[in-house]
Amino acid sequence: MDINLTLIGQSFAMIVFVGVCMWKLWPPLIKALEDRQKQIEEGLAAADKGQESLVRAAAEADDIVAEARKQATGILDQAHARANEIVADGKADGVKERERQTSAAKAEIEQEANRAREELRGQVSAIAVASAEKILKREIDGKAHEDILGKLAQEL
Amino acid sequence: MAAEGGHGPLTSGEYISHHLQNLQVCKVETGEWVWNQCAGNFWTINVDTMGWSIFLGLVFVILFRGVAKKASSGKPTKLQALVEIIVGFVDSSVKDTFHGKSRLIAPLGLTIFVWVFLMNFMDLIPVDWIPMLAGSLGIPYMKVVPSTDVNITFGMSIAVFFLIIFYTIKNKGVTGFIGELTLHPIAPPTKGVGLIAAPFIIAFNFILESVALIAKPVSLSLRLFGNMFAGELIFILIAMLGIYQLPLHFLWAGFHLLIVTLQAFIFMMLTIVYLSLASESH
Repeated sequence: MDINLTLIGQSFAMIVFVGVCMWKLWPPLIKALEDRQKQIEEGLAAADKGQESLVRAAAEADDIVAEARKQATGILDQAHARANEIVADGKADGVKERERQTSAAKAEIEQEANRAREELRGQVSAIAVASAEKILKREIDGKAHEDILGKLAQEL
Repeated sequence: MAAEGGHGPLTSGEYISHHLQNLQVCKVETGEWVWNQCAGNFWTINVDTMGWSIFLGLVFVILFRGVAKKASSGKPTKLQALVEIIVGFVDSSVKDTFHGKSRLIAPLGLTIFVWVFLMNFMDLIPVDWIPMLAGSLGIPYMKVVPSTDVNITFGMSIAVFFLIIFYTIKNKGVTGFIGELTLHPIAPPTKGVGLIAAPFIIAFNFILESVALIAKPVSLSLRLFGNMFAGELIFILIAMLGIYQLPLHFLWAGFHLLIVTLQAFIFMMLTIVYLSLASESH
């Protein structure tokens, strides 16, 4: 229990250990701690910022979707209009074609009728000549009365 | 009980005093170094407490150096987390108390806290284990708790004492230091008839303030020594109770665990407080 040299030894040991601690232990440890504090602080700030930009991005996405919807509606409307137009065009074409066909048929019929009429006319004139021959009971010069026959045939 | 080959059973008095005896080596007048016949000789080293103290200091340095080398601000290992808790705790204690700037105070506080804690913690190793092991190796005495040696605690508090004086002079100058010792608590009169009384007042102040100054290291070391010595003594007494020592031992170890930590903290905290008082002008 006496005071002895151990006291000085311990003081010396303490100076050495404190020196080592000051030189080699404390600076890296406290630096790591402070760096981590800073990192956590920055991480929290970044998280806040991320949250904020997330909200902003969601709003932006909503806008884009709304815009896209509007465009889609527009395109759909256009498509409907175009379809109606095409149908209308088709109808008009159909009408025109029908008219054309009809008029062509009419013309043909007319032509056909005319031809039949011509033929009939020929035959009628022949019949008329024969009838006249029989009626007059004498030979009539066909050539002399051709103009009359022709006129007759014309009236048929 | 302690093995002391060939001496037969020990009385309880012998057992206790054997446990309280340091392993000593000293330089006698003939110039030789002799073992264990050192009563009253200043040139004595308490080999056991000194050795354990240095060993535990090395444990501290190596442990913390291992962490400090690999310390990064990334994901810490478990050991790094523990070390960082201690460092952070010491750092916040220092920042709360010491408002100046000093590269020394915080590392000093850390060293004191961990080192004193480790020295105190040796008290929780059952009192006979290491002395018996040493006895079987032929070492007659082995006191394993350095902080139950008054030399160890005084050694530390005297280092702190010189730091107090150094910081006072550094921050207030030599005149400030002398003024602090002589001009408080009663301010001596500087003019008039009272001037005659000034030397007496200064002398009175000086006596009072030197006592206050010297009381700092003394109380610092005796507080730690007293707590740890009493705790150790109670462990030794409990160890003599035979089989009943087991529940008592655990009970006391539980209490002592608090004392161990608390005393380490108090030593650190008072050191910081003394040094901050030395650096601040009132």
